[in-house]
Amino acid sequence: MRQRSLIAITAALAAGALTLTACGSRDSGDKGSDSGGTTVVIGVDAPLTGDLSALGLGIKNSVDLAAKTANKKNYVDGVKFEIKALDDQAQPSSGQQNASTLVADKDVLGVVGPLNSSVAESMQKVFDDAKLVQISPANTGPALTQGANWQTKKERQYKSYFRTATTDAIQGPFAAQYVFNDAKKKKVFVIDDKKTYGAGLASTFTAEFKKIGGQVVGTDHIDPDTKDFSAVATKVKNSGADVVYYGGEYPQAGPLSKQIKASGAKIPVVGGDGIYDPTFIKLAGANSAGDLATSVGAPVETLASAKQFVADYKAGGYKEEYAAYGGYSYDAAWAIIEGVKKAVEDNDGKLPDDARAKVTAAVQNVSFDGVTGKVSFDEFGDATNKQLTVYAVENGAWKAVKSGTFTG
Amino acid sequence: MNELPQQLVNGLLLGSMYGLVAIGYTMVYGIVQLINFAHGEIFMIGGFGALTVYLYVLPDGTSMWVALPLMLVGAVIAAVLVAVGAERFAYRPLRTAPRLAPLITAIGLSLALQQAVWAWYPGAKESINFPEIAGGPFEIGSVTIQTGDVFLIVAAPISMAILAYFVMKTRTGRGMQATAQDPDTAKLMGINTDRIIVVAFALGAAFAAVGAVAYGLKYGQVQFRMGFILGLKAFTAAVLGGIGNIYGAMIGGLVLGLAETMATAYIADIPGFDQLGGQSWANVWAFVLLILVLLFRPQGLLGERVADRA
Repeated sequence: MRQRSLIAITAALAAGALTLTACGSRDSGDKGSDSGGTTVVIGVDAPLTGDLSALGLGIKNSVDLAAKTANKKNYVDGVKFEIKALDDQAQPSSGQQNASTLVADKDVLGVVGPLNSSVAESMQKVFDDAKLVQISPANTGPALTQGANWQTKKERQYKSYFRTATTDAIQGPFAAQYVFNDAKKKKVFVIDDKKTYGAGLASTFTAEFKKIGGQVVGTDHIDPDTKDFSAVATKVKNSGADVVYYGGEYPQAGPLSKQIKASGAKIPVVGGDGIYDPTFIKLAGANSAGDLATSVGAPVETLASAKQFVADYKAGGYKEEYAAYGGYSYDAAWAIIEGVKKAVEDNDGKLPDDARAKVTAAVQNVSFDGVTGKVSFDEFGDATNKQLTVYAVENGAWKAVKSGTFTG
Repeated sequence: MNELPQQLVNGLLLGSMYGLVAIGYTMVYGIVQLINFAHGEIFMIGGFGALTVYLYVLPDGTSMWVALPLMLVGAVIAAVLVAVGAERFAYRPLRTAPRLAPLITAIGLSLALQQAVWAWYPGAKESINFPEIAGGPFEIGSVTIQTGDVFLIVAAPISMAILAYFVMKTRTGRGMQATAQDPDTAKLMGINTDRIIVVAFALGAAFAAVGAVAYGLKYGQVQFRMGFILGLKAFTAAVLGGIGNIYGAMIGGLVLGLAETMATAYIADIPGFDQLGGQSWANVWAFVLLILVLLFRPQGLLGERVADRA
C-alpha cells in the first residue's frame, strides 16, 4: 500500500508545483549614480517574460523612452528620471509583490502598468494605501475604475489608479457594432478564457451584439493552460456560426484561430486589444487572414502626434517593438512626469515631503498633447480619449480598417 | 451535422499524445518506483531538439519529407541525452535514499530544465513556431484530419508495437520485466540492473520525443512550458491505465483524451450543466473520471503488473 500513498503525496506535490510555475527571474532597472539634483524613479510593472512579454517589453521600453526624453529636455528642473521595471509574468500574485517592492522604494513617485486587468486588481489597494499614483497603459476592465456595478452605479474605486487605455465597456460594443453592421456577420460563437479581461470583454460584446439583432449560437470557456482546442473548434464548426468572438489574449487566440480554421470553419476570429499583436498572426498561421481585432486609440503610426515617438523609439535602439501599448505607455509615463513637474513647481523647485500624494493629485488634472492624442483623466481615472480602431489581418500583418468610438 | 465522429478523432489524437508521454512515466515507475516529474520537461526538450535540427542544422527550405525523419532523430537524441544524464547525476546517487528524496529532485529538475531552456535557447522566452507539413486537411466522411495529425496517427501505433516487441521479445526487454518484478533477484540472475534502468529512462525519453514532434506538428509551436501541464496529464493517464503497465499507459492516455474532449463537447448540453461544461471544465471531468476509476479499480484500468513491494 505504500506505493499508493506515495502516489497521493505525489499528486499533492504536483498540485503545489502548479503554483510554482510563476517562479522566475526579475530584472530591475539599473540605478544610476545620483549626479546632483533629485532622482525620481518611475516604476514599471508588466510581463517582461513569458507569453505576453512582447507587449510587456514594449511598455517597459516606451516608459524608458519617456524618462530619457524628459531628462534630455531637462523637462523638470533639477529632477532626473529613472525607471525601475519589475516583471509580473501576468500573475496577480507577482504583481502584488512588485507593488509592495515599488512602494518600499521611496524614490518611486509613480508607476506605469500593469498589462493585465487581473494583475491590476491585486495592485490597486497597495498603491492606494501608499498614495502612489499608478497609470495603466493597457487595462480595459471597466470595474477597475468604476466598480463592480459599473453598468448601474459608477463609483470611483481608488484615487491613485488611472489608465490611458479605453475600457471594455466601450471596446466590446464597438466590436459588436463593427461585426454586425460593417462585416455583416449575424451569428456569433463567443469564447473567453474566464480571466477578468477576457470574460469582461466577451460579456460586453455579447450584450451589444444581441441588442442590435445578432444571434449567439454558442459559447465556450477555454482553459488558458492548454493548447488543444480541437474539441472547441469542432463545436464552432457545427454551430453554424459565421464569426467567432474571443475574449482573451494572443497566446491562446493564435492557436485557437488556427485550430478553428483547421477544423474546416473558414470564419474570422474577432478579439480585443489582447490579440492585437504580431505574435497572434505568427501563432495563428497563414489562415489568420481576415481575423479582426479592436484596439484602443487610433493607430499610433497614423497620428501626427506620434511621429516623434516612433522616430525617437527607433533612434533609441530598443531591441523589441513598442507593440500595442507603446504610445499609451509613453503617455502614461509622461502624465507622471507632468505630475512631478507640477508638484515640484508648486513647491519652489523642490520635491515636497508628501511628494506621492501631491503627484497623484496633480495627475488627476493633467492635460497635455501626448502620443495618442489629448491625455487627461475623467472623474473615475479613465482616459477621456475614447478612440478605438478595428484592425484586420492582411498579408501577415495587422492593418487598420476603421477608427471611431462607441457612442451607445 | 453529427459532430461525434470528429470529436472522437479529436479525443483519440489528444489521447495518443498523452499515451506516448505516459509510457515514460510508467516504465520508470515500474522499474525504480520513481515518479519522474522531470519527464514532462524531457518531452519539451525533445520538441526543442527537433526544432534545433530544423532551424540550425538543415539548410533553409528543406522539404518536410526530408526534414521530418532528421528532426525526429534530433528530438530523440536530445531527449535521451537529457534523460540519461538526469538518471546518472540526479537519480542514481539517490537510489537508496528514501523515496521522497528522488521525487523532490525530479520536481526540482523539472523547474531547472524549464528555466534553462527559457534562459538559453534563442527566442524561447515566447512560443516558437514549429515547421508544418504542407498540404490541406484530409476529409474522410464528416471527419477532418489535419496534415500534422497524420504523423501522430502513424507514429503512435508504430511506437507501441515497437515497444511491445522490445519488452516481450528481446533479452533487454525481458531483463526489464525481471528487474521490475524484483531488482535484487534479477541482479543475482546476472542482469545488469543499472543498465536496465538507463534503458528504461532512455526508452521513455524516446517516446516522449516522438510525442513532442507530434505536438509541434499538431499545434505549430513549442514553448518552454509545454511539458508541464502535458506531463501532469500524461502522469494522470499512466495512473488511470495502471502505473507500471506499458499498455495501460497508452489505454489511459486514450481514455483521458477522449474524456476531456467529450466533456468539452457534450457536458454543457446536459440540462442544468450549462455552467459546468466547456473546455475550461474538461480537466475537472477528466479527474472525476480518474477518481471513479480508482475507486472501483485502485490498481488502474489494466492493473499493476509489478509486484507490490512495500
